[in-house]
Amino acid sequence: MQRIGVFVCWCGSNIAGTVDVQAVSDALAHEPGVVHSANYQYMCSQAGQNLIKEAIEEHKLTGIVVCSCSPRMHEATFRKTAAAAGLNPYMVEIANIREQCSWVHKDMATGTEKAIILGKAAVAKVNLNAPLTPGESPVTKRALVIGGGIAGIQTALDIADAGFPVDIVETKPTIGGKMAQLDKTFPTLDCAACILTPKMVDVAQNENIRIFSYSEVTDIKGFVGNFDVTIKKRARYVKEDICTGCGLCTEKCPMKNVPNEFNLGMDNRRAIYIPFAQAVPKVATIDPEHCNMLKNGKCGVCAKVCAAGAIDYKQQDEYISEKYGAIVAATGFNPISMDKFDEYAYSQSKDVITSLEFERLTNAAGPSSGHLVCPSDGRHPHTIVFVQCVGSRCASCSEKGKEYCSKICCMYTAKHAMLTRDKYPDTEVYVFYIDVRTPGKNFDEFYRRAAEEYGVKYIKGMVGKVSPENGKLHVQASDLLADKQLHIEADLVVLAAAIEPDKSARPLATMLTASMDTNDFFTEAHPKLRPVESPTAGVFLSGACQGPKDIPETVSQAGAAAAKVIGLLAKDKLTGNPCVANSNELMCNGCSSCERVCPYGAITYVDKEFRMPDRTTKVRRVASVNEAVCQGCGACTVACPSGAMDLKGFATKQIIAEVDAICK
Amino acid sequence: MQVNGEYKPLIVAFCCNWCSYAGADLAGNNRLAYPENVKIIKVPCSCRVNPMFILRAFQRGADGVIICGCHPGDCHYTSGNYYTRRRMSLLFSMLNFLGIEKERTRVEWVSAAEGAKFAATMNEFTEAVAALGENKRLEDLRCKR
Ligand SMILES: Cc1cc2nc3c(=O)[nH]c(=O)nc-3n(C[C@H](O)[C@H](O)[C@H](O)COP(=O)(O)OP(=O)(O)OC[C@H]3O[C@@H](n4cnc5c(N)ncnc54)[C@H](O)[C@@H]3O)c2cc1C
Ligand code: SF4
Ligand code: SF4
Ligand code: FES
Repeated sequence: MQRIGVFVCWCGSNIAGTVDVQAVSDALAHEPGVVHSANYQYMCSQAGQNLIKEAIEEHKLTGIVVCSCSPRMHEATFRKTAAAAGLNPYMVEIANIREQCSWVHKDMATGTEKAIILGKAAVAKVNLNAPLTPGESPVTKRALVIGGGIAGIQTALDIADAGFPVDIVETKPTIGGKMAQLDKTFPTLDCAACILTPKMVDVAQNENIRIFSYSEVTDIKGFVGNFDVTIKKRARYVKEDICTGCGLCTEKCPMKNVPNEFNLGMDNRRAIYIPFAQAVPKVATIDPEHCNMLKNGKCGVCAKVCAAGAIDYKQQDEYISEKYGAIVAATGFNPISMDKFDEYAYSQSKDVITSLEFERLTNAAGPSSGHLVCPSDGRHPHTIVFVQCVGSRCASCSEKGKEYCSKICCMYTAKHAMLTRDKYPDTEVYVFYIDVRTPGKNFDEFYRRAAEEYGVKYIKGMVGKVSPENGKLHVQASDLLADKQLHIEADLVVLAAAIEPDKSARPLATMLTASMDTNDFFTEAHPKLRPVESPTAGVFLSGACQGPKDIPETVSQAGAAAAKVIGLLAKDKLTGNPCVANSNELMCNGCSSCERVCPYGAITYVDKEFRMPDRTTKVRRVASVNEAVCQGCGACTVACPSGAMDLKGFATKQIIAEVDAICK
Repeated sequence: MQVNGEYKPLIVAFCCNWCSYAGADLAGNNRLAYPENVKIIKVPCSCRVNPMFILRAFQRGADGVIICGCHPGDCHYTSGNYYTRRRMSLLFSMLNFLGIEKERTRVEWVSAAEGAKFAATMNEFTEAVAALGENKRLEDLRCKR
């Protein structure tokens, strides 16, 4: 039999104004198991807590009920109080007589009666509580960062700085992400490579960081502190540790006409290639789809020219298993395909390009060595039309574009327009927009400079149609403010394509059991208060995979995610939630119903030996819950047909006792 | 349930810890009144609610039982409320067969931000149950006073 103490709080007049607290403590004093019942003005105050502690000692209480505000307010407080007096903290139950009673009922009689019933339900539950001890699990002190864009790079550097080993897995042959493709960056216009490549070198040289480039994560098991991850290192047919990155092979390879994805197909590379001069790791990769040796067994030129002997046509994919304590998703974004936007003639004319292609065209290391030219014939463009929000804020066309604002396009379009006018003052530059959205430090000033100082013609309105005509682009558009139709003969049209999460993010989220929104951006644990954590413990979010972001925002989020990872890895042990499922082995018939519903894969089966009444032994398969993985949702308890599965802290008997107390 | 000779429906509300229980707290914070005969039982997730609990409540004299959870897609445990939806539609479809009007039960999604929805839902559900009159069919002998 329990020895229960009841403590009714007045909460000043918050409770006492509508509930007769004396009547409540008197009524509950006669409930089964209750040996002490008191009320006090502020139970959560130091004096109130002392009252509880003294009563626990004096009356040798084995459980307590606090009738007070919501457990979401002070359950933790009262559990600590109990623990301080030597009582197991899970022997505390709260009857919420403020939010659920005094604050929503006006009449003293009804308020008091309801408070008594809520108190009785809590007493009935505590009578069945058992002391619980949270399980502990060790923490593997290594982090995994998936994606090597600026987000992943910054997160990895910060974690490594704190002394923890980090691995970066990047699908491309090099880290760097989209930022490596950019020319200059708003709002300061420093060159992307100048600020990014030193960081990439830092990553390469950091002893705590390993880079798995040209690799992908194929399997994730385990849980916070203890993830088991399989990484597939794709064969690049070049021995990474031997290749010096001299690049001779990439000049001698006879397969010259492979579209260069780093320049978005605007020029060609060879079948063996290094994406760009500052690639990290600076190692060549053979593209098996275009290599004549790998396809037909004929050629072998690169092996002949490689002085280091790094080429290995027989290289196989390699699978690496590693343990991690924390995982950071940093898979970034991509511009959406322009296939469904043919009104802009993207597929019809080479001179209709996306903004990312524009970045490559103006980049000194790009296909035109930084000269802004029309891709169709290399001529200098005199009239350029920028179209914003292509596929963004498309509320009515969600099958075509995205409903959300891509956030970065207003700023990079202002940047492109300004840089064009600065370098080529003879060009006429139009920007068509729905709204110009430039919140951010020094952002609006930047946009106004483009419009006011650089003479960029900002026109509110959308472009209706682009038609290639006689080597030019006929642009039909509306000017909403002047209320007229415009016809512009342009040389180049630049589309600010909406951005979307990388396609690999969803399968990755499934492996991580992390949630995503309908647009496939990773969801944060709390949109305001836990913005860099996923709801799945031990999984963190960095960069544009969580939502559209520019570089300053990406880097701040990357640092924040690193801080959370460091906080986790700094712990030697994790204490879990003790309210976990447990199955009664004697009742379990091993049917697998529970395993099928568990969202976390917490349930496995073990063969157990049972002594039968006739003294024989029998081996049966029974469910076993991994307490470190179980999150305590209770789905399995309902699925179990034999009534074997129960949830500690919310046991079937406890809930039924509450139901009975309420209905009596 | 009879209170001073007057019929007042007794409602048991199972609320998940992460959304609806917090929604009920918010209703409290905003002083949004709902009938005092609504009594809340906290569960970690709506998927912890065993159909047995609902039948037990009816046996013990509850007039209505409502299960509140996070909106689809928002369950703290990702898929708990989908189980709830499936399990409860199965149970509810059998209630008529047991002689319990299935309108006495309901599943509602109430987020932590929807205090007003919580109060409105409770008001509306209580009214609907009141219209059905007392639950006598499943009441067991212990309820007779
Ligand atoms: C045209 C254009 C111009 C821009 N100009 C500016 C500017 O001037 N200033 C500014 O602040 N911002 C600018 N931005 C925004 C900037 O590019 C982003 O803020 C930044 O790149 C986000 O970094 P990230 O690391 O989150 O994503 P990304 O750069 O997309 O990097 C993600 C990385 O993860 C890898 N990856 C993806 N999936 C997986 C997987 N499953 N496994 C392993 N690896 C994976 C990708 O290959 C990539 O390397 C511009 C963007 C565009 C499109
Ligand atoms: S309570 Fe939930 S998380 Fe735990 S074992 Fe059961 S289904 Fe899995
Ligand atoms: S559902 Fe119940 S009986 Fe079936 S395996 Fe799980 S615990 Fe055992
Ligand atoms: S946690 Fe609210 S329904 Fe699952």
